Amino acid sequence: MAGLAAAFGSGAMTNSIPELEEADCILVTGSNTTEAHPLVATRILRAVEKGARLIVVDPRDIQIARFATLHLRQRPGSDVAWLNGMMNVIINEGLEDKEFIAGRTEGFEELKAAVAEYTPERVETITGIPADELRQTARIYAGAESAAIVYAMGITQHTTGVDNVLSCANLAMLTGNVGRPSTGVNPLRGQNNVQGACDMGALPNVYPGYQSVASPEIRQKFERAWGSTSDLKAGLTVTEMIDAAGDGRLRALYVMAENPMLSDPDINHARECLKQIDFLVVQDVFLSETAELAHVVLPGVSFAEKDGTFTATDRRVQLVRKAIEPLGEARPDWEIICDLAKQLTDHASRITHHAPRGWDYSHPSEIMAEIAALTPIYGGISYERLEAGEALQWPVPSPDHPGTPYLHKGQFSRGKGRFHAVSFKEPAELPDEEFPLMLTTGRIMFHFHTGTMTRRSEKLEQEVSEAYVEISAQDANALGIGKSERVRIVSRRGEIEARAWVTRRVPPGVVFIPFHFAEAAANALTHAALDPVAKIPEYKVCAIRVERIA
Amino acid sequence: MDYRNVLTTCIYCGAGCSLYLQVLDGKVVGVLPAKQHPISEGRLCIKGWNAHAFIHHEDRLTRPLIRDNGAFREASWDEALTLIADRLREVRATHGPDAIGFLTSAKCTNEENYLLQKFARVVIGTNNVDHCARL
Ligand code: SF4
Repeated sequence: MAGLAAAFGSGAMTNSIPELEEADCILVTGSNTTEAHPLVATRILRAVEKGARLIVVDPRDIQIARFATLHLRQRPGSDVAWLNGMMNVIINEGLEDKEFIAGRTEGFEELKAAVAEYTPERVETITGIPADELRQTARIYAGAESAAIVYAMGITQHTTGVDNVLSCANLAMLTGNVGRPSTGVNPLRGQNNVQGACDMGALPNVYPGYQSVASPEIRQKFERAWGSTSDLKAGLTVTEMIDAAGDGRLRALYVMAENPMLSDPDINHARECLKQIDFLVVQDVFLSETAELAHVVLPGVSFAEKDGTFTATDRRVQLVRKAIEPLGEARPDWEIICDLAKQLTDHASRITHHAPRGWDYSHPSEIMAEIAALTPIYGGISYERLEAGEALQWPVPSPDHPGTPYLHKGQFSRGKGRFHAVSFKEPAELPDEEFPLMLTTGRIMFHFHTGTMTRRSEKLEQEVSEAYVEISAQDANALGIGKSERVRIVSRRGEIEARAWVTRRVPPGVVFIPFHFAEAAANALTHAALDPVAKIPEYKVCAIRVERIA
Repeated sequence: MDYRNVLTTCIYCGAGCSLYLQVLDGKVVGVLPAKQHPISEGRLCIKGWNAHAFIHHEDRLTRPLIRDNGAFREASWDEALTLIADRLREVRATHGPDAIGFLTSAKCTNEENYLLQKFARVVIGTNNVDHCARL
């Protein structure tokens, strides 16, 4: 998000999912697409059927790699190095798009200087990717008429996550693969409405539509509409809030349908911090691990019991429709928030100086009308248009605008695209004698995020009901671990038990654990070191050791 | 017997497939794919086919809960909301608006995310609002 916004002026997926089918080259990295986004994977495989070249860069032998022309298995955490290496080859062999660079970008000379030292041979020593394979990859990508980059959390969940994203943006601009159909830089969002949550200003530094809280004009606009608003200083991110809860700066936390206990890195730390808090409210459909710590728990409803919209990863705004009445006394989250707002702003006990304004909505369509009025990229979105079946991808600046399948046509959102010179930095925690293996975590097909919903779905739970750890045969042999044996996994922060899956999916030196299982939460092991800009925790790489349970 | 298909959007990943919830006498009993949708084109993955399965689960919360002497007890909406309002008011008065934080959700709708950040910024007066999936 932060990386793409700095390079292009907008942090979202640049192109559309259906467009992938027409690409000539697709570079997939840090995305286990067939498991995490199956119907995006379908498009990629269709492109392959039509002759596109697929390049997969991933340490694990994931399913989609079987369809790839080339599968590069980099050492976890070395992404900036191989991306710079590709650009080194492209520039040295004169394969860059000179016209695009001259007309539409800035900062090229700095980039060129920065990637000069990343020769394929040097990159091989950092990443383990054979120099020749890197050269071939660079030639295939640069030679394609339209090449798309697809990535997911494997790229963003590092202390260098922003650098990784900037490097992807550099590569796309270097070859003129932005602003045309079937190209671009395409982050796949993990949860269904991450895009929408970001679009709606559920972020400490922006109002809805990525309008900065630091801008006095923007602040004035929202103050006029809402009666009052917060000040110009950005707030705390989720990981900062948890730390602030631990040291007494944060006294109350209100959590809507989230389970930060499981999804945060280093959950032992998160639990200790949340226990310190004076007042914790959780609004959810199930009693999650976080709700168990709460002072008050409010029953929200599932997506089947309310109307609303979600925004898909390719900026597509779509309706969610109420199918049944709320169960028991549960209530839609939007109604709960409005009721609470009215309680806090009524005359007797008002806590703001301004008149309470705008908490009376009879239906979510009225909330969308307010969003559209205040959020230029959603300006032309209405329930009427969505009900009429229009496929609307933002920006939709006005009611007669058809929406925008791909961004940055002719011009970037920020004017010129900006190259960023980025150099490789090691992950925050590297293996050593005591913790000799690298742990990487991620999703699997049958479960969704922290599993509060999927693990209560019988069929999904049957498919994979127990936590496991993927380990290479070489490491398993060295440790004397047999097939399916229960093992203990230990990091500097905690330990869990899981069943060993001895497999070629991971290379020697690397183990993988899915993070959906509360009883063996991989995040008890991971590391809360943050990317300094995006504040994304490093889930993907930390040092661990695996032990037999004697 | 009352049977309906309700067109909606899958909740399990950012691809945003369309699907129908099959509703029989006020209960969601199944899922059908939507042919006309540009992403799903009449197909779903295993998560989508099971998108309804948790809806009527016996663990669903159906009443507000308040912690009393360490244990939860059921409470009315009135009591729960009044307690929350009182405590938030108190924390804000003693420690200021920035002592309160809000986590919104990638599982909730746009409208709900909008309202909770509006609540944080207007009612409390803080920018401490984020969601759990920056990712
Ligand atoms: S059906 Fe599968 S691919 Fe489609 S949105 Fe749901 S989880 Fe994603």
